[in-house]
Amino acid sequence: MSSPETLFRRITDYASRADPYPLYAELREHGVARQEDGSYLVGTYDEIAALLHDPRVSSDPHSRAEPFRDPLALQEGMPVSFIGQDDPEHDRLRRLAMRHFGPPHTPRRVDALQGELVRIAEELADGFGDKERLDLVDDFAFPLPVTVICRLLGVPPGDVQQVHVWADTVVAGLDFTPDEDPEPRRRASLEARAAMGRYLGELAEERRRRPTDDMLSALANDDGPDGRLTQPELMVTSVLLLIAGHETTVNLISNGMLTLMRHPEAFEKLRADPTLMPGAVEELLRYEPPVQFLPQRTPLADIEVGGVTVPKGSPLILVLAAGNRDPRRFTDPDRFDITRQDNQHLGFGSGVHNCFGAPLARMETRVALTTLLARLVGPRLLQDPPEYRRSPVLRGPRHLPVARTPGGR
Amino acid sequence: MPGDAPGGRIVVVGASLAGLRAAEALRDGGFTGELTLVGDEPDPPYDRPPLSKGVLLGRTRADACGLPSRRPLDARWKLGVPATGLDPLAKQVLLADGERLGFDRLLIATGTRARPWPDPGEAALDGMFTLRTSRDAERLAERLDAGPRRVLVIGAGFTGSEIASGCRERGLAVTVVERGRAPLIGALGGTVGAFATELQRAHGVDLRCGVTVTSLTGHDGRLTGAVLSDGERIDADIAVVALGAVRNTEWLAGTGLAAGPRGVACDAGCRVFDMYGIVTDDIFVAGDVARFPHPLYEYQLLALEHWGNAVAQAETAAHNMISRGPDRRPHLTVPAFWSSQFGLNIKSVGVPTFSDQVVIAQGSPGERRLVAVYGYRGRVTAAVTVNRAKWLEYYQHLIETAAPFPPDPGAADFDGSEPVPSDVPDPRVLSHGPTVYVTGHLPLLRPPSRRPGG
Repeated sequence: MSSPETLFRRITDYASRADPYPLYAELREHGVARQEDGSYLVGTYDEIAALLHDPRVSSDPHSRAEPFRDPLALQEGMPVSFIGQDDPEHDRLRRLAMRHFGPPHTPRRVDALQGELVRIAEELADGFGDKERLDLVDDFAFPLPVTVICRLLGVPPGDVQQVHVWADTVVAGLDFTPDEDPEPRRRASLEARAAMGRYLGELAEERRRRPTDDMLSALANDDGPDGRLTQPELMVTSVLLLIAGHETTVNLISNGMLTLMRHPEAFEKLRADPTLMPGAVEELLRYEPPVQFLPQRTPLADIEVGGVTVPKGSPLILVLAAGNRDPRRFTDPDRFDITRQDNQHLGFGSGVHNCFGAPLARMETRVALTTLLARLVGPRLLQDPPEYRRSPVLRGPRHLPVARTPGGR
Repeated sequence: MPGDAPGGRIVVVGASLAGLRAAEALRDGGFTGELTLVGDEPDPPYDRPPLSKGVLLGRTRADACGLPSRRPLDARWKLGVPATGLDPLAKQVLLADGERLGFDRLLIATGTRARPWPDPGEAALDGMFTLRTSRDAERLAERLDAGPRRVLVIGAGFTGSEIASGCRERGLAVTVVERGRAPLIGALGGTVGAFATELQRAHGVDLRCGVTVTSLTGHDGRLTGAVLSDGERIDADIAVVALGAVRNTEWLAGTGLAAGPRGVACDAGCRVFDMYGIVTDDIFVAGDVARFPHPLYEYQLLALEHWGNAVAQAETAAHNMISRGPDRRPHLTVPAFWSSQFGLNIKSVGVPTFSDQVVIAQGSPGERRLVAVYGYRGRVTAAVTVNRAKWLEYYQHLIETAAPFPPDPGAADFDGSEPVPSDVPDPRVLSHGPTVYVTGHLPLLRPPSRRPGG
């Protein structure tokens, strides 16, 4: 059972969700581990980093060799978002979206949200009232990012709940549990994705008629040097931003609170000195990354990595969370150290597909944790480990029940 | 300062990027002694890259480019006071105000200055500029605000090209005169040079290559234009001289150190050589003024005018200044720099001039996105990206591991291009000086007497 060929099966097994780190350590010992189904698992930092930067590694599901092709991922009629494309198309689409999200063209969009973000976080915390027991996921970590990404894109407040339901269904479809028929969940996921796309497409049409100052208006109306997104491109791009913009951040915040409550000295240190927060967020991204592995890469040529030749067309799975604990890269990697220096983690990936929303995720997590630390007096975990969500990729607690002394600020 | 004692006196001559970062690294490394920084400019350390970009466009104020300090320094600052000499026996730096600064260890980080227009009378005309200092950028931006009829840029290296780009972005008429065959050709070779030519023309630059400015004309002390070597006349009320840099080594004349127009030579650990090639033990050098041997480039002495090199070399020099022999480390950073011009981001790793061939490994000039990979005798020595910077780490790894050239195909956006000669001209035929100086020789440009069988 403990052959390296079964590592992926063991990692994705729900029983491993609370603590996959021993399996990641086992993976690192094998470097690049071929799995029983012909896919390759990589868990060492240098090898992952090299593959993330290698232009011969594709993110396009069409690059998989025949036996590894996933018919559902290759649906006709729906364009693929840039996360599943290679250059030059990936670059064109990402650039068109980035023009309206970050520097150099829109340097202030994320920063401008800060005040609003603080207000939303404070409101959610006010909602705790006098409750002595909280679920930090449902009461805080879940509603915060979805509200923020909807605000950023320009989804009206009345529609946020519907968007939330769609996003959940889409993410459930990304999940895979071996020995279970994924078809029904994946179909529901595709339908939710399409419904979300139609909704955002209609919203974009509205913004074309009456532009506002949100990102969807900018995407719908701008004619930059690379032209304009087509309507289907705009639909899949905004669906991508909405989903990626909140499912991952939920985990970063809830994994963050879980980790801090398991390390009370770090918790108190951060509460006393919030200037340590940016470094603490980086350490969380290393220690408990919200995206544990990238399952969707494929070599376009036979690639040698860590002494193993990965054949062209094979599924290549990059286990970022294992690389983040690689002792050859990080001193004392299993220690949670909010003042860690030289912390170039893989929490946001790296290379051309590195996390598009990283600046927003950092800011949301800083604000969320700062707010919670100030508001939680005498917090205790009521369940450790907590109940986890199904996904081994977007790994995080489904609920995070805590007890506290009410009234803190 | 004996051994690795954390005390003593350290003087850093040069208070720009390299000097500041070295001083910070000295304190970070535990140096508790007296620290003095000497700078010829009156301003505290500032960042130069924005000067030819945001400041020129009027988007950033010149006085808003101060370098952020990484830590408190507890240092004595002598700003606006050039060093005029060095007494290596008495271990003293001589300053223009007459002070003699004693030191146990010295760091030379005096950098470069803009190469002036060779005719002093013409250089004094109102409307003549160079661009190196914050003050230069401030004055030039003011004059561009006033809406000159035409700007003449002399030299099409990186600085000249960025100035031309900024002028076009402001909607000003620009003529660029370059003695070489193409802009940027001196640093990046013929393929990227041809691309840069197209780029400048597409952005409305009146680009004149293969000619020189033979004289500048003036009226009542004001610049009115220029006469070119092909007999053409250009009317211009502003001329920016972008002929490259001069290394600030004059103050070291007569000291017996290996200092001259090409910089101050040092070993791999930033220790300065004397004129006989004997290494000194208490004088170090870092930044644009240093010439250092690099193992990836056959241990030839490199001089780099790169922001990242200044930082990395300053940190290595500082470490070695306060470490005992076996704890010292070499300066091995792969050279890297960036430029932004005409809406594009250009980045480079390695030494593109150290090459005999180049191949477009990703993208194409037509899409204005590309990766050009340079090779020398079958190994990868450099890569240049245009709007494709995130791939550079991969190519840097190929350079560091001396991977075979051309690189393995397989990139999704490789269009099957074949390698072509890299076409790096002899720096002597350029208007602008090179920003990377491989001191020994360029691979294909050996002097005739040293050519095998020649």
